[in-house]
Amino acid sequence: MQIEKNQKLLLGNAAIARGLYEAGCVFVSSYPGTPSTEITEEAAKYDEIYAEWATNEKVAYEAALGAAIAGGRAFTGMKHVGLNVAADPLFTSSYTGVNAGLVVAVADDPAMHSSQNEQDSRHYAVAAKLPMLEPSDSTECLEFIKLAYNISEKFDTPVMLRLTTRISHSQGLVTLANRQELPLKEYIKNDSKYVMKPANATKRHPVVEQRQSDIEEYANTSTLNRIEFNDKKIGIISAGDSYVYAKEAFGTSVSYLKLGMVNPLPLKLIKKFTDQVDKIYVIEELDSIIESFCKANGVNVEGKNMLPVIGEYSQQLLNKNLLSKENDYNELKINIPVRPPVMCAGCPHRGTFYVLKKLGLTVIGDIGCYTLGSTIDTTVCMGASVSMLHGFNKVRPESADKRVGVIGDSTFMHSGITGLVDIIYNNSYSTLLILDNSITGMTGHQQNPCTGLTLKNLPAKAVSLETLCKACGVENIQTVDPNEVDTFEKILKSELTKDAPSVIILKRPCALLKTVKKDSYARVDADKCKSCRACMKIGCPRISFETKKAVIDESLCIGCGLCTRMCKFDAIEIISRASN
Amino acid sequence: MTKNMMICGVGGQGSLLASRILGQAALSQGWDTKVSEVHGMSQRGGSVVTYVRYSTNGRVASPVICKGEADVLISFEQLETARWLPFLKKNGKIITSTQKIYPMPVIAGNAEYPQNIIEEIEKLDVNISECDAIDVARKLGNEKVANVVLIGLYAKYSDLDKQIFTDAVKACVPEKFLQLNLTAFEAGYNY
Repeated sequence: MQIEKNQKLLLGNAAIARGLYEAGCVFVSSYPGTPSTEITEEAAKYDEIYAEWATNEKVAYEAALGAAIAGGRAFTGMKHVGLNVAADPLFTSSYTGVNAGLVVAVADDPAMHSSQNEQDSRHYAVAAKLPMLEPSDSTECLEFIKLAYNISEKFDTPVMLRLTTRISHSQGLVTLANRQELPLKEYIKNDSKYVMKPANATKRHPVVEQRQSDIEEYANTSTLNRIEFNDKKIGIISAGDSYVYAKEAFGTSVSYLKLGMVNPLPLKLIKKFTDQVDKIYVIEELDSIIESFCKANGVNVEGKNMLPVIGEYSQQLLNKNLLSKENDYNELKINIPVRPPVMCAGCPHRGTFYVLKKLGLTVIGDIGCYTLGSTIDTTVCMGASVSMLHGFNKVRPESADKRVGVIGDSTFMHSGITGLVDIIYNNSYSTLLILDNSITGMTGHQQNPCTGLTLKNLPAKAVSLETLCKACGVENIQTVDPNEVDTFEKILKSELTKDAPSVIILKRPCALLKTVKKDSYARVDADKCKSCRACMKIGCPRISFETKKAVIDESLCIGCGLCTRMCKFDAIEIISRASN
Repeated sequence: MTKNMMICGVGGQGSLLASRILGQAALSQGWDTKVSEVHGMSQRGGSVVTYVRYSTNGRVASPVICKGEADVLISFEQLETARWLPFLKKNGKIITSTQKIYPMPVIAGNAEYPQNIIEEIEKLDVNISECDAIDVARKLGNEKVANVVLIGLYAKYSDLDKQIFTDAVKACVPEKFLQLNLTAFEAGYNY
């Protein structure tokens, strides 16, 4: 194979961004979420595309819909749970349709590498009656984006692009092409199409139903779906990453119907395929959607009777479950301790959680790095800390002084504000901690409305958390550095006893930020160390006990100094790297 | 022929760059290549594994590597070498750093870090080369380049020419850090 100059290894997400560029997309608005984040980060690198971080996925979707109706090709990308947030505009935009093309990418996370649930977003395409494409590799990521815009404009519909972690986060070879420069489409006022009041919406629903059957007809002949005939004893119907696992496991020993469009499904094409093969397996990660569709239409297939609805698939899983075949391998007959993700050395959340644990509080958690805090009682979804805290306190008011909510700065912007307003409006006593680390941390350092910079690194007005909370009606607002554990503890105790809502803003930047100095480290004086293990209480991954004395891994310590506050014997000192 | 390479370590050790260098090396030979990365929560000090697959005569389908499939396992940390060992083919090649990073259960005293991991692996049906990559990198002035030291050591045992790897390092590392990384590669190659 000759690699041409215009061929490149690209991450699936970067290939999508390239597809957006080549398809003449002019507007991208998203909220970060693993495994979708890099699409928008990569798109922002093209000067021709306006790209932004929105406050949440609903806002992003609506902004992209507005841009598309205004006449520019638009895009929004999100993780699967982000689509739950954007579901409201998603469903009704199916009725309004678009003007210029609108593509929404949703990245599912089978096996939950970095997520709180394992939902299968294909259900949304079925429920909202929207076409959904599903690429199998980086090449298709790029090509399908271009096709998605064509479908969007041809059938006047938003188009969904479904990804999974392995597609988003695998690099594969793509062929680059030039950008298609498109003039904005004319915007013509059309209230019967864009104003979805009942009188208009009732007329749009039949349009949606007709569109569904038109697109199904298109799917029967589109190059998105293809039959690969080999031996006809076994036929496999598959899509996305499941298809490449099947190819890896079975090669050319079976025939394939490879679906690039997973909604609507092409019944005629499926029948054409299944009529010519003896035994048919549907291989689809997560839920039974293709299989259920086949069975509902009288097509005799197997699949979920042998394959799980839980977790990721792989060639190994298919070999084992369908062929009872397993590889030989070596393994050590020893107990290998697990290595769960932990808060980094110098993490600003460490001081916060030390105090929460010390006071034995119930901690209503949220989505972010602080989910790794050992004392968290609940984690459900973005913003839930604030509103769940409210519910907890209304039902158990007598223990409200033993309970806090914790939420990060970006998550608070995303969907914490409405919960806080609810607390104020409904006369709650809740105490909320906003962990302001000056960045969107877990997804890998994205700017947000509090940081004063946009996605394209342009200066922006930074939202002041203090002013915002005050405007919501909070009268007790305190700001403190979480590493000042004694001060924080004092403030927290005081706020918890108040008969009014309180917000404590714990302000300290993420230790991984380049702007955070890492020019010192902590060292234990073994002579002074009394082996009391007080320093171990903060759960820092750099402190361990090797020879009955505390030892600090100096190379990976950033000298945040939290451990020095734990030691009553002054056995830990901060040493400047410059003095070495 | 498809070749499967795995890189494992602890989040933050630089496995992404190492996998990109290996991917670039394969691609430069005109071979279809897939590189599977890890982003997000599991990166935060957790066990991290990336896959590099290339085919010298066809296409690569799956981006992942499963048990008993890897030709090569490059590991940045001993416990991770033990954890991912089952993914190596019988007779496969291991390049491992002797570095130990204690996971939280060990630090907290709830589990023990296994002893003699490398000695135990040497008794098995594998070919292992170890290197104190952190020490080598430290002597070069920056522990962060331990990943490229190990790539250098791998290059010594690879069928591919050394030049292919150094070109790949040049293609993947920003100009500012290039000389340091090339020196790290040499140090690994000559280890």
